[in-house]
Amino acid sequence: MEAFTFYLFSFLIIVAALAVVTMRNIFHCALFLILCLFSVAGIYVLLHAEFLAAVQVLIYVGAVSILIIFAIMLTSRLAGRDVPMTNEQTFLGGFMSLVLLFTLVYALKETIFRVTAQAPAPQTTLRIGQMLLTDYVLPFELVSVLLLATLIGAIIISRQEGN
Amino acid sequence: MQLMHYLTLAAVLFCIGFFGIITRRNAVAVLMSLELMFNAVNINLVAFNRFTAPDDLVGQVFAVFVIVVAAAEATIGLAIVILIYRNWRGIDVDRVNLLKW
Repeated sequence: MEAFTFYLFSFLIIVAALAVVTMRNIFHCALFLILCLFSVAGIYVLLHAEFLAAVQVLIYVGAVSILIIFAIMLTSRLAGRDVPMTNEQTFLGGFMSLVLLFTLVYALKETIFRVTAQAPAPQTTLRIGQMLLTDYVLPFELVSVLLLATLIGAIIISRQEGN
Repeated sequence: MQLMHYLTLAAVLFCIGFFGIITRRNAVAVLMSLELMFNAVNINLVAFNRFTAPDDLVGQVFAVFVIVVAAAEATIGLAIVILIYRNWRGIDVDRVNLLKW
């Protein structure tokens, strides 16, 4: 059952990701991106990371996708059929991606990882919350400052000039 | 399911995102491919956490940080895309060569 679920989600992720990088209609690409991100949340559940799955659905599927769809709609005049979607490097890029993929898979096959057969930790959400506010409180505060800077930066960058 | 399956899945997803980044013309499509690569990295982090140190959740904590940074990057990136669209009347990344000399 676990193997079936893994292969189902993997199939969905890979097909949706290929659709994201190859389809001509940018809006369809965004919809396939949502499917892909949702399947990644399923992979997190399989890995016993329930909190991350919830965060993935909330932030990626909920916020980032909506942001991307907003950007597509605000720039939609350029997404017509006569606009070329890919540059002239398609075959070279595909070749380089395949080379990178084979290199990565070969390196993974040759490496011996110290895998333990330990059971997954219970109550991961509670533990992550405790770790974020004790051991990792400095990075936690830093990403808060980063989000504030992003907020101000996005407003300043996208503001109309002269207002 | 073994660690190897998850790492291979992440490698495939990363390479698909890489292909999208170097072949797409539309800046929004480039940003979407970037999100795919971020997700591949996160699958790697969570899979290593699950299979090599399941009682220590450092991998999941760092995956949370990666998600936050990716959200910030998407926000700024899309704001820049809107600005480029307003000034150039287009978001073809091959035509935007302001920083090239």
